[in-house]
Amino acid sequence: MVSIVFYFQVHQPFRLKKDYSFFDIGKNHFYEDEEANRSILNKVAEKCYIPTNKLLLDLIKRYPGQFKVSFSISGVALEQFEMYNPYVLELFQELAATGQVEFINETYFHSLSFLFSKKEFKEQVQMHKEKIQKLFGQTPSTFRNTELIYHNDLALELEKMGYKTVITEGANQILGWRSPNFLYQPTGTHKLNLLLKNFKLSDDIAFRFSNQAWEDYPLTAEKFASWVHSTSGNGELINLFMDYETFGEHQWADTGIFEFMKAMPEAIYKKPDFQFITPAEVSNFYTPLSQIDVPYYISWADLERDLTAWLGNPLQDSAIEKIYEIEQAVKASKDNNLIHTWRKLLTSDHFYYMCTKWFSDGDVHKYFNPYESPYDAYVIYANVLNDLIEILKQKNLLK
Amino acid sequence: MFGWEFPPIISGGLGTASYGITRGLHNSGVELAFVMPTKRGQKIDVPFKIIAADEVHLIKRYESVISEMKNIDVSVFEKKFTIAPYFTKEEYTEYLHQFRIENKQKRLELEQEGLLHFTGNYGKELMSEVHRYGIIGEILGYGEDCDIIHAHDWLTFIAGVAAKHASGKPLVIHVHATEIDRSGEHVNKEVFEIEKYGMEHADKIIAVSHFTKNIIVSKYGIDADKIEVVHNAVEKKHRLERLGIEKNVKEKIVLFLGRVTMQKGPDYFVEAAYKVLQKYKNVRFVMAGSGDLLTRMILRVASLRMLDKFHFTGFLKGIEVEKMYATSDVYVMPSVSEPFGISPFEALLYDVPAIISKQSGVAEVLDNAIKVDFWDIDRLAEMMLMLLEDDELAKEVAEKSKGDMEFIHWDFAGEKIKIVYKTILNN
Repeated sequence: MVSIVFYFQVHQPFRLKKDYSFFDIGKNHFYEDEEANRSILNKVAEKCYIPTNKLLLDLIKRYPGQFKVSFSISGVALEQFEMYNPYVLELFQELAATGQVEFINETYFHSLSFLFSKKEFKEQVQMHKEKIQKLFGQTPSTFRNTELIYHNDLALELEKMGYKTVITEGANQILGWRSPNFLYQPTGTHKLNLLLKNFKLSDDIAFRFSNQAWEDYPLTAEKFASWVHSTSGNGELINLFMDYETFGEHQWADTGIFEFMKAMPEAIYKKPDFQFITPAEVSNFYTPLSQIDVPYYISWADLERDLTAWLGNPLQDSAIEKIYEIEQAVKASKDNNLIHTWRKLLTSDHFYYMCTKWFSDGDVHKYFNPYESPYDAYVIYANVLNDLIEILKQKNLLK
Repeated sequence: MFGWEFPPIISGGLGTASYGITRGLHNSGVELAFVMPTKRGQKIDVPFKIIAADEVHLIKRYESVISEMKNIDVSVFEKKFTIAPYFTKEEYTEYLHQFRIENKQKRLELEQEGLLHFTGNYGKELMSEVHRYGIIGEILGYGEDCDIIHAHDWLTFIAGVAAKHASGKPLVIHVHATEIDRSGEHVNKEVFEIEKYGMEHADKIIAVSHFTKNIIVSKYGIDADKIEVVHNAVEKKHRLERLGIEKNVKEKIVLFLGRVTMQKGPDYFVEAAYKVLQKYKNVRFVMAGSGDLLTRMILRVASLRMLDKFHFTGFLKGIEVEKMYATSDVYVMPSVSEPFGISPFEALLYDVPAIISKQSGVAEVLDNAIKVDFWDIDRLAEMMLMLLEDDELAKEVAEKSKGDMEFIHWDFAGEKIKIVYKTILNN
């Protein structure tokens, strides 16, 4: 039996005002570009979240007890649904009610907290867990870290926290000659399952689907199913992990992405011995083939599959060091609004916008960057952070 | 040019500004006559004509206007001017009496031999003096030969407009302060109306700052295109309230303002800032401007981990520039080479002491500014520290440099005003 695990990432950051200037420091405590956040969320809801949720609901009804998918929705995305488009949230709740959809745990603020503050990491994970319980009536047992950032230490921590499954990138540097199409176990753990993204097949959908220069263009459900089917005998698990916005937003409706997805289960089911499962179900069917040692950080970003999209240049490092430096002072304020504001500034996107790698993956970065340049992103973030520091100073929490 | 104060008869900044502006205009080759309410018998030694309103003999003036106009078709004036119908001595005197009756509150004392009385003060007679000054404006409009009429602040606007109507010449009004600045919420309606009247009748308005320009546009409903900005110097203790701003951070601010290019030496500023921060914490550095080195400077500041001490504003214009100078405590111009460099002057307009590179032309003029070699980061940092740690010294440096630049500043202002005149005359 070969299983297909679909996991879709849903995330929207709270973007900062593009004109938050030096003169705002100490005076203006409203940092977010509400207008942009609202309109982006509603645009993506219209193009992606609403139609894709409906499409998945149809598929689930068509294949009761069979067709399954999983989501990880960041807490900041959930908050924006609640504020700007509750209908999207209702559809996700409908999906949850089918029993064929799993909701995965992550850091509430889509943050890099694991790298900078274990305390903050655990608090955010707990917050997100509670949010899932409240909204979707599930208690998650699967964890995915922001941007699939992963390290042996993360796995050890997660096992201690009681998780059964963790998800990351099937990066070449950790797999070597091995295939991502099996269940693995993180080095040093005893019960934890490790799911590795099949980036070839995932990216065929997420990135290459509409690329007319691609030799396999156009991609049909049948063609894709035939690639999946060909793994039979040399794989057990096909992990298709991608941004949910692939559907209708990164790949527009007129590329045929919705028709593709609609036809996919039928094409897969043409061969027996193929099924769709969720990450929590993997241990019902498989035992880990071997342990995977990841003594350095990996992620699913860019060609390097490392942390350089968020960290490593002085802009990013200076900003992220400073924001974590004030953690204690922020928490000592016991001011929930202030703590929440600070946490929203931990969202990884802020540091992604400061990335200066314009060569290999510059296009992708530019697409997602609301600011003119990474330097603008830094200057705006620094201004906001300085205002937050001013507030803490006024409260005598910082010198 | 109508003013209210002129040295040595001054009680506020208006007199100093009037002196500077007339001097600047004179040096730019503009011929002018300055009108003021009274000289109080003092002698004012300037290379242009001073007319004291309380020495303008209305009857004699009037007669000479008549004689000059003998050959002119009077009907031309009848349509335009208030005085025009009173073309006999008797009728004119009657007009003045009429004026008095109509303005019972504004007592009009026609003193002996046809002189009007002026104190030139700001006492309770002020409003009637302002109206009396209007009569002088009108009569001078007939009698004095000029191309442009220029009036400073609301006190002289009635006179300026009257002179414009009498002479048919264009009017420039110069706004040093508005009633909104002076009184905030509790605006004197009468003063406000006179200001608005002046602004509406003016052909061009000169505002002393972008801040003032904004007020003229937003509170008085005047078209922004009609307003030019020519900066006046502001005293440190008044500058924030004058510009209606509050400093947004507590720390002192050291400012670099200019293009962020190799020639301007921004990198020396960044390195020196880092050195200062090792010894002194109550300070923030601001780099205001844009240019091809900006990204490098941002990277460097991030590398030095000065995120909470060093800020970038990007390119500033108008009111933001004023705000930036006004909130700064030290100005630094570390130019590698600079033919002249006007920015330290601008900083000094806001009483900000300047550290300038020896390699800038302006170093020759500002004897009292602090000068360093642009490449000498240690010395630059040392000088910044010195000014930051010693308020008295900073004040002294600013004051002395301001003395160095005063005349040069007014020459610049004079040139700018001359350009304003030229555009009016060319239209």
